[in-house]
Amino acid sequence: MEKSTYIYMKKIGMFLFYMMLFLVAGLQILPLVWLLFFSLKNNQEVFNTPLFSLPSPPRWENYVKVWVEGDIGLYFFNSLWITTVSVIFTVLLASFVTFAITRMNWKLKHVVLGLFMVGLMIPIHSTLIPLFNFFMKVKLIDHPMSIVLTNIGFNLPITIMILLGFYNALPRELEESAVMDGCSVHRMFFQVILPMTSPVIVTTTIINMIYNWNEFVFVNTFISSDEYKTLTVGIQNFIGQYTTDWGAIGATLMISVLPILIIFFFLSNKIMEGITAGAIKG
Amino acid sequence: MDKVMSDKRVIALYVLPALLMIIILVYVPIIMTGYYSLMKWDGIGERTFVALDNYKQLLKDSMFWKSVYHSFLLAVFSVLSLGGYLVVSLVLAGRIKGANILRKIYLIPMLLSSVAIAQLWLRIYHPSNGMLNQFLSFLGVDDPPNWLADPSIVLYSVFIPIIWQYAGFYILIYYAALKNIPSSIIEAAIIDGANPWQLAYKIKLPLIAGVIKVTIVLAVVGSLKYFDLIYVMTGGGPNGASEVIASYMYQKAFRSFNFGYGSAIAFSLLILCIVATWLIRKLTHTEEEVQY
Repeated sequence: MEKSTYIYMKKIGMFLFYMMLFLVAGLQILPLVWLLFFSLKNNQEVFNTPLFSLPSPPRWENYVKVWVEGDIGLYFFNSLWITTVSVIFTVLLASFVTFAITRMNWKLKHVVLGLFMVGLMIPIHSTLIPLFNFFMKVKLIDHPMSIVLTNIGFNLPITIMILLGFYNALPRELEESAVMDGCSVHRMFFQVILPMTSPVIVTTTIINMIYNWNEFVFVNTFISSDEYKTLTVGIQNFIGQYTTDWGAIGATLMISVLPILIIFFFLSNKIMEGITAGAIKG
Repeated sequence: MDKVMSDKRVIALYVLPALLMIIILVYVPIIMTGYYSLMKWDGIGERTFVALDNYKQLLKDSMFWKSVYHSFLLAVFSVLSLGGYLVVSLVLAGRIKGANILRKIYLIPMLLSSVAIAQLWLRIYHPSNGMLNQFLSFLGVDDPPNWLADPSIVLYSVFIPIIWQYAGFYILIYYAALKNIPSSIIEAAIIDGANPWQLAYKIKLPLIAGVIKVTIVLAVVGSLKYFDLIYVMTGGGPNGASEVIASYMYQKAFRSFNFGYGSAIAFSLLILCIVATWLIRKLTHTEEEVQY
């Protein structure tokens, strides 16, 4: 083949590659752009203007309306505090366990680690009926505590898995000198280890935030009162009332996904790191 | 040093809270599910022991087998789509400008809640005003299908948003694995005269075989237990045309209050996931793992 033809072929090849990558990007993002647009339109405009026509004027009143008229604010607040409490406890408890498993000497540590790792594979739906019965008995059904507990329990394995890689790479000299100085294990953990693991704590915190914010099955099963519902389940009911008002539905959905999108915009590298570490060991 | 780090009380204090939580919230319920599956129980009244009656009924329940078939079909689709993600990742991990932004865009759907995705796709599939049918009518299609009401296509209609949701996740994993291949190996192969196809087929794919195996397990098990989107979008309907194992379990337990029967389905789901994991590991097992 002549050199010029080869370069020509290569250029066409690269062009096709870019076309494919942009096509996939379009498929992934266009539904969301469409959502953003119709959340700023009224029904008249949704039905009669072209698919991706810019909303003019943008009808921000859709957002005001669903926030004021519905319980979106309440659901939002519930999601916020349930997520915050769950994340703090998950990351702290997982850090304790990972520290004890990677740094301390005891016989059963491999068995305990195994229990956490097998927990990764268990389908949550196979635990749903007994959990429902258990929370009923301890009077936690229709109580936000049931959601906080299950959020923590079911996210511990993946959090520990992400922490493990980081802990294994930490140098041991620091602890040795801390022990030499007469430092207790607790002080070492809180003053040496936790600060040193802050990068991976940030990663696990964000990953847990996303999972807890989006949690659906447990809230849908355990919570029946409106006052305790989180945004994921709340918008489900709320949209039921507005089946015909597209702008209101769009605005509700946008409000529910916006916090995650904002976090992603600023911390995407951390999120990608956490997802990769949580899926593949090591 | 050793003495301080072997303090039994400290170890117990650090390990027990988390350990008790997963035992109480994950392992005990698993055992209880097996136990309840031997009972006839409406969730409130007395439990009566019926031995394997629920399972005998399950074997004859055509709706259950239909839901199993649907879940397997989703697993097949998910695994096939992995091939597409591999192609995208191989291209993306080459010398592509903007690769980092592209893979971020791919990942966005995975970060959204299943309810938001389901509600969005309910609008996309809307027969007259949805994005899809408006686009089809723009292309001149006169009679676009009613995606979620037509029993012959509803199953595939709910598969598409699931694939859409997870595409970025798998691309991210493959991309990271491909970027982890030491550049010395790639350079050596290029010097030896390997063309891009050989590079991909004979060098890169074998080197990330371990990661591919893990993603196959994730895709199959994730599909078998899939629930959220289907439950919100169709509830398994119309007439069971999009019912999967987990949605059927949910319906039997929390809609018909047949907790014993629901537990039998839930326990079958667990066994199915374990067997599938074991089987895939066995089938894809190779004597030597590629080292580099």
